Amino acid sequence: MAGAKEIRSKIKSVKNTQKITRAMEKVAMSKMRKAQDRMAAARPYAEKIRRTLGHLAQANLEYKHPFTVEREVKRVAYLVVSSDRGLCGGLNMNVFRTVLREVREWRAKNVDVEFALIGNKAVSFFKRMGGKVSAMATHLGDRPHLDQLLGVIKVLTDAYRDGSIDRVFIVSNQFINTMTQKPTVQQLLPVEPVKSEGLLEHWDYLYEPASTELLDAVLMRYVESQVYQAVIENVASEQSARMVAMKSASDNAGKIINGLQLAYNKARQAGITKELAEIVGGAAAVG
Amino acid sequence: MANIHIDIVSAEGHIHSGEARMVFAPAEMGEVGIAPRHAPLLTRLKPGTVRVQPPEGEELQFFVGGGILEVQPFLVTVLADTALRAKDADEAAALAAKQAAEEKLAGAKSDIDLARAQAELIEAAARLQFVQKIKNSSRGT
Repeated sequence: MAGAKEIRSKIKSVKNTQKITRAMEKVAMSKMRKAQDRMAAARPYAEKIRRTLGHLAQANLEYKHPFTVEREVKRVAYLVVSSDRGLCGGLNMNVFRTVLREVREWRAKNVDVEFALIGNKAVSFFKRMGGKVSAMATHLGDRPHLDQLLGVIKVLTDAYRDGSIDRVFIVSNQFINTMTQKPTVQQLLPVEPVKSEGLLEHWDYLYEPASTELLDAVLMRYVESQVYQAVIENVASEQSARMVAMKSASDNAGKIINGLQLAYNKARQAGITKELAEIVGGAAAVG
Repeated sequence: MANIHIDIVSAEGHIHSGEARMVFAPAEMGEVGIAPRHAPLLTRLKPGTVRVQPPEGEELQFFVGGGILEVQPFLVTVLADTALRAKDADEAAALAAKQAAEEKLAGAKSDIDLARAQAELIEAAARLQFVQKIKNSSRGT
């Protein structure tokens, strides 16, 4: 049995680790709440732009925007959303696994795949994996802003316009509740048609300036809002996954401490017994 | 008189929603005033002030840094931009993202910097004007 002193120092170090994980849990909890608020704050915009797009789909458009036209698929792009930091359980790995599964399916159909990455973890994963990466954005922090994402979005939409990619998907974690986050794949381009209800049948907007430019502006913003939504949802998922991971780490540390404490008590008791036996034995020899 | 419903939202938050008698917005081709039963209209906004006259009480003012205005006969939607938008600034952002992917170090081109600075200046000027207008009106009453 290890000496009592060694066990004591081990207990101390586990206790320190537990302090850290517990602090991280608390931090993640408060950050998660804020991230959830931001998620809720972004929802009205997404709803409104969806409504506008629905109206647009019903208006008599004399022009079809490339973003709404389905093409034959020769090359697809995946926008992979991940976190910047680790220690959040299997969150990022789940997303990557989903991407790899999809990639295998496309490759089986002889379709090329390229990637655009958001978050450090995706960058380091795809560096190891290989594959063509056309754009990336990292260090978004806990409150990502739309302007940090515009570059990546622009690269993808430009490539889509050129015809060098025919479909764009976004893969991110969907925040279901604190305990569950689900990796989901959404089609970003071409934009899936939105239905709307309750408007007259034959009408069109007055456009100022040209309808083509405006439609382009609305669709661009729609794509941007979808990406933004996915990114902030991923932040909320990251925080809640970290919270859960850190909670189980603290619990495990508690269990280890209990075990060590028991071992320590036994070692101490054994030491006392031994000493007593020695004293008694010594006294008997003298007497 | 009928009222018109107005929603002002930006990508990062909800700004205002309610009824109005009249709404004024800084459209790209000049300021537009929208009364109920306006014909459907879709236009871009430039940085400036959206003014809302509610059925009762004082006029409300909101600063927008550009965006999109959609008008239906009884519904006005302002999709405000939070990000600074200028074509060249977007190009610069795209370039930066590409460069990060290629892991190359290269300074942004100076004309792009200039375009971004100009866009920032226009927005800052509009913001300043808005603040001054509010100051003046509060002094007047």
